[in-house]
Amino acid sequence: MARKNRPTAEIPNGSMADIAFLLLIFFLVTTTIANDKGIAMLLPPKPDPNQPPPEVTENARNIFKILANSQDKLLVEDEPLMDVFQLREMVKSFILNFGSPGEEGVAIYNTLPASMKSYISLNGRRPDSSDDPNTAIVSFKADRGTSYELYVQVLDQVNAAYNDVYGERIGLSANEFLQLDRDDPVQDKKYLAARQGIPRAISIAEPNKIVN
Amino acid sequence: MAKFGKKSNTSQDIPTAALPDIIFMLLFFFMVTTVLRETDILVKQKLPKAAQLSKLERKSLVSYIYIGEPKQSNLFGKEPKIQVNDVFVEVDEIIQFVNQEKDKLNEAERDQITMSLKVDVESKMGIVSDVQQELRDANARKILYSSVQSIDI
Repeated sequence: MARKNRPTAEIPNGSMADIAFLLLIFFLVTTTIANDKGIAMLLPPKPDPNQPPPEVTENARNIFKILANSQDKLLVEDEPLMDVFQLREMVKSFILNFGSPGEEGVAIYNTLPASMKSYISLNGRRPDSSDDPNTAIVSFKADRGTSYELYVQVLDQVNAAYNDVYGERIGLSANEFLQLDRDDPVQDKKYLAARQGIPRAISIAEPNKIVN
Repeated sequence: MAKFGKKSNTSQDIPTAALPDIIFMLLFFFMVTTVLRETDILVKQKLPKAAQLSKLERKSLVSYIYIGEPKQSNLFGKEPKIQVNDVFVEVDEIIQFVNQEKDKLNEAERDQITMSLKVDVESKMGIVSDVQQELRDANARKILYSSVQSIDI
């Protein structure tokens, strides 16, 4: 019954590459590789209205004060600072001062590698700077008129100083420390060893309320 | 000159039969990695540069708040505005937005919600700190200042 000379039932696939190319170019153009990176922060909890604001009990020498005004000028430890990029070194030497360490401070000091100990004996031990990394706090207060760009730069510098300290403690650079993957148990152990005893104490002061 | 006169019998065609396969492979790569934008961003977005960036771990826990000068400044003015989803909101509407976003998550994960603040560099801290105060009130305390990687020297 079958007829002879049936036309071939093949779909021509010579132009398949062209169609695929077209689709490829469409996705190439529309694709935006998502960059979800940034400076992570944890905001303080909501203040309890029934409780008076807590008194600052820390010694002034344990607080590294950074102020930024509406003209984007910085006041660091009561002295004007022109170059924001100097903050990294200043904060680092503030954290690693060990002016008069307590028991925990001594314990932290003993875990540090030799390179950091020599850094401390060279730059640290000043009586007017922090007692030990455990109690050191970096306080940053920005005005409502401060530009966001400067705010991020300052935060970045302070974070860089902390990452320098953490990284150096386990023999890594700041960037290598940031790339530690906490899902991997070996790297998580390193991360915890680096963080142990040195809290990333960055305090963002509440800005002044608007005066009506 | 016999050396040059020789004609080889090998064919000089490059086999193109595998070309569609290669193209398909590339196509699938881009189809899988592509993220189509869900929201139309109505504000200028030039993110600040920073070196010490951390990555977001769980994308499903992230909500975005955009702050910046409106692109259509003839309609909305030049003052920085806050955008969530597809609309401009006032500062006091942020709590509502955060609660909506929290409702989308599992009960166990609600506290881990992360707000990614995408703020234009031209903005001032006033509006950003207002938003932060609202986020504290809404108990969404994990935030991320979204920024671009700068080359660290």
